[in-house]
Amino acid sequence: MGIGQGVQKTDAVQKVMGTAKFVEDMIPQNALHAKVFHSTVANGLVKSIDCSEAWKIPGVKAIITCFDVPNVPYITAGHPLSFDPNHDDVRDRLILSRRVRFFGDEIAAVAAVDPLTALKAVEAIRVEYEEYEPVFTPEDAIHAAHPVNPAYPTNELARLDFSISDSTVTWGKAAFSTEQNIAGREDLQSDHFSVPAVHAAHIENNACYAYMEGERMVVVTCNQVPFTTRRNIASALGIPLGRVKVIKPFLGGGFGNKQDTLYEPIAALLSQKLGGAPVALVMTREETFTCSRTRHAMDFYTALELDENNKMKKRAVRINSNGGAYAAHAHAIAAYAVTNYFQTYSADVVQIGESSTMYTNLPSAAAMRGYGIPQLAFAIESQMDDLAKQRGIDPIAFRKINMMKKGFLDPFDHFVVESYGLEACMDKGAEAVNWEKKRKEYDAFNQSSPIIKKGIGMAIFSYKTGVYPLQVENGACRIILNEDGTAQIQVGATDLGQGSDTVFAQIVSEILTIPESKLSVISAQDTDVTPYDAGAYASRQTYVSGGAVKKAALILKDKILARTAEVKHCAAEPLMLENEQIVQHAGEPPIASIAEIAAFVQYCNDHVLQTEQLTAEATYTCMSNTFAFGACFADVEVDVPLGKVRVNKIVAVHDSGTIINPKLAAAQVHGGVAMGVGYALSEQLQYDKKTGRMLNDNFLDYKIPTSMDVPEMETYFVETYEPSGPFGNKALGEPPLIPQAPAIRNAVLHATGIAINKLPLTPQRLVEAFISAGLIRAED
Amino acid sequence: MIKIVHMHVNGTDVELGVDEGESLTDTLRNRLGLTSVKKGCEAGECGACTILLDGKSVNSCIYLTVWADGHTILTVEGLQRNPGELHPVQQAFVDEAAVQCGFCTPGLIMTGVEIANSGETYTREELRELISGHLCRCTGYENILNALEKVVGKK
Repeated sequence: MGIGQGVQKTDAVQKVMGTAKFVEDMIPQNALHAKVFHSTVANGLVKSIDCSEAWKIPGVKAIITCFDVPNVPYITAGHPLSFDPNHDDVRDRLILSRRVRFFGDEIAAVAAVDPLTALKAVEAIRVEYEEYEPVFTPEDAIHAAHPVNPAYPTNELARLDFSISDSTVTWGKAAFSTEQNIAGREDLQSDHFSVPAVHAAHIENNACYAYMEGERMVVVTCNQVPFTTRRNIASALGIPLGRVKVIKPFLGGGFGNKQDTLYEPIAALLSQKLGGAPVALVMTREETFTCSRTRHAMDFYTALELDENNKMKKRAVRINSNGGAYAAHAHAIAAYAVTNYFQTYSADVVQIGESSTMYTNLPSAAAMRGYGIPQLAFAIESQMDDLAKQRGIDPIAFRKINMMKKGFLDPFDHFVVESYGLEACMDKGAEAVNWEKKRKEYDAFNQSSPIIKKGIGMAIFSYKTGVYPLQVENGACRIILNEDGTAQIQVGATDLGQGSDTVFAQIVSEILTIPESKLSVISAQDTDVTPYDAGAYASRQTYVSGGAVKKAALILKDKILARTAEVKHCAAEPLMLENEQIVQHAGEPPIASIAEIAAFVQYCNDHVLQTEQLTAEATYTCMSNTFAFGACFADVEVDVPLGKVRVNKIVAVHDSGTIINPKLAAAQVHGGVAMGVGYALSEQLQYDKKTGRMLNDNFLDYKIPTSMDVPEMETYFVETYEPSGPFGNKALGEPPLIPQAPAIRNAVLHATGIAINKLPLTPQRLVEAFISAGLIRAED
Repeated sequence: MIKIVHMHVNGTDVELGVDEGESLTDTLRNRLGLTSVKKGCEAGECGACTILLDGKSVNSCIYLTVWADGHTILTVEGLQRNPGELHPVQQAFVDEAAVQCGFCTPGLIMTGVEIANSGETYTREELRELISGHLCRCTGYENILNALEKVVGKK
């Protein structure tokens, strides 16, 4: 099979049979179960904790509180180690917090014989707080009397400000602001766009269990970045890395939310206190909502001035990002967004970017599919359609005048765009939805239809692949050939459902000609034996880890050919692999099979041959980056009096370079479309404005799309060849979500003429906008 | 209080002592090792714990085990007629790439089996309605619907 084939997912059969084991399925029978005591104030200090009643409950084995934990703050972000102080992560988390930062903060934990006993004990704990005024928005946070993290008196975690001229970035230092004018310039009056915090809402809750093997701590956890989590756990407990082993079994979705270290140190500390007994800590759905991570809420102030030819002259943006209670990824996400503003489009004369991430007393925000770009795309692409409308120009034509072209030099990371399918994606999508005809048809329809209005809108994006050069981009792979010509592939890269294991098998198959059915990718990562990889984020694994798999497979191929030459007494030079055989020239009868050579060199006992188990291991360092592109087209119907948007159809077109597995690639897009529809129409974390308590921490109140909410979808790929990708491939995991929300918003604009600048497009928000625009009259 | 219940689970009679407050999910997972029955919310919202009780799909997380006394239960583990032979619904999920993370999969397959066993024919829109009690965050339901269309009579 190999590259470009719709190979069956390597784990599909295990998953349909229910034999694939997730963390909670593996908890030992004799494990103790832990529950966490959560704070009931959003900002304050724990004065005292009384656990005496909790200890009286039979079956309670251990209680730890914020007064018992090591006083050494650690990193929770799932980033690789960085020696650059500008890119090092913030150490601001203790295993349990005395200085409470959000409603739900972890103050104490109990381990007991079963979950119910642990919960009863948690409920018996009494805490006295010194309460401070909480802050929930960046605007309030800047003036907080009691900063969320006392080390940051203004609550500003970090900021990134710059201007760009002739592809050169000049770094500046602006002040936090919510003014309409950017950089204090009267000529840069901005529009305001706003997106809420949302949740990854993977169906498997975050879960882990910890136990000790002698002096060593073993943590089994559903985490996307096991090696980084091992480092964070070791740092939290203050023990050497070699004393920690992290195992990652099958993962029930992650979308970035399983990139951070969460409850692993709590479970590990409890196990340590109990002499190494297994302690399980499985979050409830409510805890997963409140105590894992969210997508950042952001405010965008964007200014854009065009010349008479609709070419951008001046372009400026200010982003105020709500970081929540713990730094997690700090400013990385808003920085990703502010720079991307000047990548998809650029202006000729003035380009200014300002961005700030603030601590607030809300749950911590961090990575979620798209890493700041879905937020940005809503602002950018909404503004593009507003301007196109103002100028009376077609939104696609307007974008084509101003968008990134082939050969673009990224002013930030200094790479040149080589593979470029953005324009082709737009053309393909326009053709598939019949753009020009439908736009006119709907305009005519809407003239005579006051209740139901139809619209068609679009949006585009660019998205980087991996995070080079900001961070090191590397990964490793090991391939072990068996004597019958089958092989095992070990990677540190993690499959969370997206299908990376399958793609790695395809890469090995492509190079070694061994069919995927004879290759086993070891899906579970065990940091003791799995080769290193930074893990699943930034849509990097097929691009970076795939490079490691390719490198290891090529080494193994060379070994097979060299040993064949030795054993068969011929020159290694013209030898090649074909259908699991070694041949001298294509189509010729084989010299030997891979299996024969593998068996012979491993078991030959002629007292001469140096035997060898044929294996290969390689670390690949990726020193490049590239943009994936795409366009989304949304066909919608708006019921004006109800404020109800029905998405009839989504057409998603992507340039992700070479498509390694078309079946899984399309499936990736389907999921992104659904998640994007949720972002557009229904998803929003809500908090009590007085206390900061999350109000919709469950699936009944937090609305992710069901099968009834997801539209008909068409997916297409414009295949380009990216020279820096192992097989011409580039990012695909995150991009599908990015353009959905603005495309739907722009379709609503087309349908109704009303520009909504705030997500999600709920009926309440639309009805209010329709009333103020006169589309709905009070007497109606 | 421990109560004795008798159930017919995946073709086998079982007799169990269970807590009267115990959910069927916990009994199936913790006492019978049927870990295909997933816990996504424990409130009947996500459908990951769906099993068939006398042929009808039930959110086992909000169904007390004592209520299942005397009833027949089927989970994904009980679908294979012969070792290695997948049920047509399972096979369709594999063929149509309807599986990503796999966490919602067993529950959806059980609803799929219920639909297939009904002998009725359904449109795609009707299938959307029938599986709307299941949340899936990976697939956008697209390939799941494709898989179900393959095994359920089309209208």
